[in-house]
Amino acid sequence: MADKNPFPGENNTGHIWDDNIRELANPIPRWWMLSWWASCAWVLIYVVIYPSFPIGDKPSAGLMGWTAIEEFKEVMAEVEAIRAQYENQIKDMTAEQILADAGLSEYTVASVKVLFGDNCAACHGSGGQGGPGFPVIADDDWLYGGGIDKIEETITKGRRGMMPAHGGRLSAEDIDTLANYVTGLSEGKDDPAGKALFTANACFACHGMTATGNQAMGSANLTDSVWRFAPGGVESAKRTITHGVNFPGDPKSREAIMPSFADKLSANEIKKLAVFVYRLGQQ
Amino acid sequence: MSNQPSHSHLAALDDLLEEADHWHVNTGDETIHAKRMGGKWRTIKWFTSSIWLLMFFGPYLRWNSQQAILWDIPNRQFHLFNITILPQDLWILALVLLFLAITLLAITAFAGRVWCGFLCFQTVWTDLYTWIEGKFEGTPQQRRKLDKAPISLQKFSKKLGKHSLWMLIAIFTGISFVAWFMDVYVLWGGLLALQLPSAAWITIAMFTAGTYLLAGFMREQVCMWLCPYARIQGAMVDVTSIIPTYDFHRGEPRSRKKKRDADEQHKAGDCVDCNQCVAVCPTGVDIRQGQQEGCIMCALCIDACDSVMDKVGRPHGLIRYESLNGLEGKACPPVYKQPRLIVTSLIIFAALLGIFYGLNSIDAVDLKVLHARQPLYVLQSDGSIQNKYTLKILNKLADDVKVKISATGPEGLKITSNPILAAQHGTVTPTSVYVRVPRKNLTVESQPIIFHIETVDSDEPFSSHRESVFIGPKR
Repeated sequence: MADKNPFPGENNTGHIWDDNIRELANPIPRWWMLSWWASCAWVLIYVVIYPSFPIGDKPSAGLMGWTAIEEFKEVMAEVEAIRAQYENQIKDMTAEQILADAGLSEYTVASVKVLFGDNCAACHGSGGQGGPGFPVIADDDWLYGGGIDKIEETITKGRRGMMPAHGGRLSAEDIDTLANYVTGLSEGKDDPAGKALFTANACFACHGMTATGNQAMGSANLTDSVWRFAPGGVESAKRTITHGVNFPGDPKSREAIMPSFADKLSANEIKKLAVFVYRLGQQ
Repeated sequence: MSNQPSHSHLAALDDLLEEADHWHVNTGDETIHAKRMGGKWRTIKWFTSSIWLLMFFGPYLRWNSQQAILWDIPNRQFHLFNITILPQDLWILALVLLFLAITLLAITAFAGRVWCGFLCFQTVWTDLYTWIEGKFEGTPQQRRKLDKAPISLQKFSKKLGKHSLWMLIAIFTGISFVAWFMDVYVLWGGLLALQLPSAAWITIAMFTAGTYLLAGFMREQVCMWLCPYARIQGAMVDVTSIIPTYDFHRGEPRSRKKKRDADEQHKAGDCVDCNQCVAVCPTGVDIRQGQQEGCIMCALCIDACDSVMDKVGRPHGLIRYESLNGLEGKACPPVYKQPRLIVTSLIIFAALLGIFYGLNSIDAVDLKVLHARQPLYVLQSDGSIQNKYTLKILNKLADDVKVKISATGPEGLKITSNPILAAQHGTVTPTSVYVRVPRKNLTVESQPIIFHIETVDSDEPFSSHRESVFIGPKR
């Protein structure tokens, strides 16, 4: 400002509007300046201590040598150390022995959940609730037996269901009678005409004289409430009888294949999964 | 707006500008060296300040072979003598905070910023620090002179002594604070062996630095520019609040002795304009300008003014605890008739009642039930429906206890899992519970089910229950 300051001695900046509104050069509060300098100091300290700027294609090292990935590894090692005390015990135990130990089976169920999610849940559901065409494993009905050893065997070797298609051999009427017969079994009905067909066509060879199935060969129990191809019903039974299960040459045949996990998972992992599956429904 | 402002507008503007000339914004560029004078309020201030000794020595109090009051953050427990409070009971803390907040409001509404003036750690520590400063560097005049003097061996030794003692107090403040969160003997052991968790080191360092900077250097700046409670409390005071006030009816027009002698018409007020009230003020304000944000209402100016009134032979109370209404001769309604004090008292009472109830009714055991969502239910081979639950049993007792789980709900329900369980002490024990109900008994999709737990062969029997739902297929 070239002209004389009309408000001398009040420490204004010389910026004056409307004749009397002027900007004063009041000092910045001390607390603000202290915080400002403290922040500056913090930046310097941070830059020295932590990786802060690139040198070539690598970050600066920092005095403490800290990196995020190292911290991650350390924390993971801590987790592994906590798990190790259980894992070391489980390693030399059978699935049955793990089940007998309440603490270890709790640990197994908690720790193997991820493995179940990755390998089993796609077909059997995250809680073992099954899916269209895939069996429920949270219930108490087992085609091949619900013992822990059988579950372990199923995961290791896989399973392949098998039932011949009867569409070519039986009349539609017979199939209808048979389907009504087997669905009636679980409701307590016993149709003599159906039973005659059941016997005449050697259904009992696999499903047994009492139609309760045979776990040694994985044939279904037709008298209980649970259906392998849920939710069951006459139409579902008709399709199964007509086209069979995994019957070669019939494109409408039911598919029932459990793959083997022997190559995918270690024996230890399979053992733990067996415990998890066993505990899903708790007999 | 017209281009020609009226005369009254200009006059109002001039008034504002004149007032602005008197504004002195205390930004801390000048250190306030307050004078120390004895007196009634000074003595009271020492007593109220000494409450903070509890912070230093409280952690050493033991109870049943453990620290009497301990916020055990790693173990998520708060020990208060023989009561252990777990996070589940922390709603009591909400009531404690409510109690403190409303008490602050009530006291402030009644008697102004009592907290700021007599109890606040910022006031108390600053008071202690300036007292130490006075012991090393002398009177306010001597201190101002010393600040301006060039560095010399004498100045250095005085400053070194002061700062060392400040730092020592700051360090002990930091350690004592952490001692409320960590067993004090373990803390000292770790300190002396230089082996403490990093959180403890950082907290001690932050509190040490905070104490040293805030009480040593920032002082009244904290109250004026940093502290939100200063502003909040300022807003709680009104014309009926009894606060340190300058009686301008009696004091004005103020005049010094010379003028007073020449004043033949005896118009002069009692204020002799000695500025002692300003000299003793720890925040450097002039109480004679009335209520202002810088005033922490510590009443030290009352002591100063009373001692001057003694000397000039006038009665005490030119500056005194008085409401603005009282100053104008208006009667204040008695305390019990002031609505806000009645309302705040009721809230305080309710909060205290809640705290008392909470501390007395802490359950020994607490049950939570989570219904499994995936799947909601499973059909079993016998046609029954199974639901899976996770029961979380919180045992606040000092020992593990055996509990039995049972359930009441839909007809024919059966728990198929092992109903006996050992609930570990001081923590939550989760367990999976499987319940089966025959399908024919499930008349609706969702039915209530109540889980019960009770102790099995225990000296102190207790039980708890919680409601959940049993879910079946859609009908």
